[in-house]
Amino acid sequence: MSTLDTDAFDLRAALADGARSNGVWIALVALVAFGLLRYENFGGAYNITSFLNYNAMFILISVGMCFVIITGGIDLSVGSVAAFASVCAAYLSPYGIEVALPGGVLAGMAFGALNAFMIIAMRIPPFIATLATLLGAKGGALVLSDAQTISVDWGSNFTKLGMQKAFGVFPWTIVLTLLVVALAWVVLERTSLGRTVLAVGGGEEASRLMGLEVGRAKAFVYLFSGACAGLAGVFLASGFGAGQPLEGVGWELSAIASVVVGGTLLTGGLGSVWATVAGALLLGLVFNILNFENGRGTISLSAYWQQVVRGAFLFIVILLQARVSRARRARR
Amino acid sequence: MSVAAALRRHGGLVALVLLLAVNVAFTPNFLQLQTLFVNISQVATIAIVALGMTLVIATGGIDLSVGAVMALAGALAPLIFGSAFGLENPTLGLALAIVLPLLAALACGLFNGLMVSVFRVQPIIATLILFISGRGIAQVLTNGNLQTFSNPAFAYLGTGRVLGLPFQGWLAVALAILLWWVVSRTLFGRYVLAVGGNERAAELAGVPARSVKIGVYVVCAVLSGLAGLVVVAINSASDAARNGNLMELDAIAAAVVGGALLQGGRAPIFGALLGAVIIQLVKYTLLANGVEDEVALIAKAAIIVGAVYLQQARTE
Repeated sequence: MSTLDTDAFDLRAALADGARSNGVWIALVALVAFGLLRYENFGGAYNITSFLNYNAMFILISVGMCFVIITGGIDLSVGSVAAFASVCAAYLSPYGIEVALPGGVLAGMAFGALNAFMIIAMRIPPFIATLATLLGAKGGALVLSDAQTISVDWGSNFTKLGMQKAFGVFPWTIVLTLLVVALAWVVLERTSLGRTVLAVGGGEEASRLMGLEVGRAKAFVYLFSGACAGLAGVFLASGFGAGQPLEGVGWELSAIASVVVGGTLLTGGLGSVWATVAGALLLGLVFNILNFENGRGTISLSAYWQQVVRGAFLFIVILLQARVSRARRARR
Repeated sequence: MSVAAALRRHGGLVALVLLLAVNVAFTPNFLQLQTLFVNISQVATIAIVALGMTLVIATGGIDLSVGAVMALAGALAPLIFGSAFGLENPTLGLALAIVLPLLAALACGLFNGLMVSVFRVQPIIATLILFISGRGIAQVLTNGNLQTFSNPAFAYLGTGRVLGLPFQGWLAVALAILLWWVVSRTLFGRYVLAVGGNERAAELAGVPARSVKIGVYVVCAVLSGLAGLVVVAINSASDAARNGNLMELDAIAAAVVGGALLQGGRAPIFGALLGAVIIQLVKYTLLANGVEDEVALIAKAAIIVGAVYLQQARTE
């Protein structure tokens, strides 16, 4: 857990912080153990790879969202930006992955730049700006694709990204996602840019008075979130063989939930990349286990329950976080 | 007063006049009674939700769940008057089909309000929960099916005429007058503006800020529920996937175009009505001139950003 808090060392506070930042890992291990004991195919190679492959997209947008939330902002546009990027990548797929992947990421970054411009230069509140981008990207994706799913070129190497494995072990999407996550961790923990991002979330005005480059840090987080959404869109197109303009509904909620589960405060100034990844995996596991239960016939939940479960998950996490932060306030 | 300042102050009216002029010049059959009826019956739902949104924004909050609450209320109504009990007791069934969905909406508002005021979750996140789950619950209730029905008494909400004009248009105007009275003449209204102006100061001055905030979310949700019923009545069908979809954007846009400040402290009720008319006219203009829905989405996004940008400039 990374924070700029420089209070004197307090054992009780350290333990409480430990419980919060480790809570997500404990829950993750407990859920995996539950799954392994209860379902025979849970630990099978097929379930693990397909689970990781599918959740790579959510890990990416969650990590991007993590940076935005650390600065005290929000990015509601990630889902439709990913959909837009998936359409772009599908159109570029005949030129191969070398073109389609950067193309999709750049498309995402373009929307990130638009967000940054509206938020920093026009001083539009982040949720309004990114809500507008949500609409713009959705409209753009539908116009570009003529409201059809765009089939990718199966002849090129584009689909290898989403469907084949690096060195025959892990899907390429997982390898790339791990790279992005590691990069994000290094930036947040080891660079002055990352420290500035944390400082901006802790207090924007104070950071500005201290001479930190607030605008640059904010521009970076929205560009990074856009790039992550763009890459998620490339994975979507590659993994499912089509650019999907209507995909991405509710993704922002999943990402926000994952970030919050990871212990990042919604008020900004505090956050962890790895805990966010754990949060995304935890949310994914909940759905994975619900699928297994559905398969066993103990429950029968229609697809519509997904959204209800997502909301309930976020609700519980927020309640837990509200208790933790109230306890912290009381201690000070 | 300079031209720029005048434009900012009366931007809404100027936009309305421009829109009307453009339509009279370019849109075929614009000056017909049928056009008026269509626009009134469609603008009413935006206006009703925008009124509630204006109150929420006046406290410095936001409610993203309005569309989902519409879907939920709209899904419940046909389930109630179409149930065995509702068919046996048509009058009671009809009354329950209006009251129970509104109560469900009220519960949603209570949830939002408690999250914001007691648990101190930011309004965007707090209302995002129902934004996703509310529609999910509506779809679970109806199994995702389109529910069609024929119930003339209920359909009156969306198709009835009073003095020749659509019933829901009158309803929106009546609600606006009521809320204007509440905001400008009652203690609750003063409290709303005080909380939005400076919450801490208002609390120190003895304003029950928590209850006031819960109150605005409840009012907004109940109005959204009512709008959801109107939409279902217009179509004589309830579609949980589409009812109120993207309404939060229309409502926020209408409130902001009408002069609401996102930081709170202002509640221009009639402004919201004007804003709703402008949003509806923009939609109608694009649609009637053959612009695709998808492009209309982008236009709406641009309007919201433009309106908020002008608002920011005004306050600085």
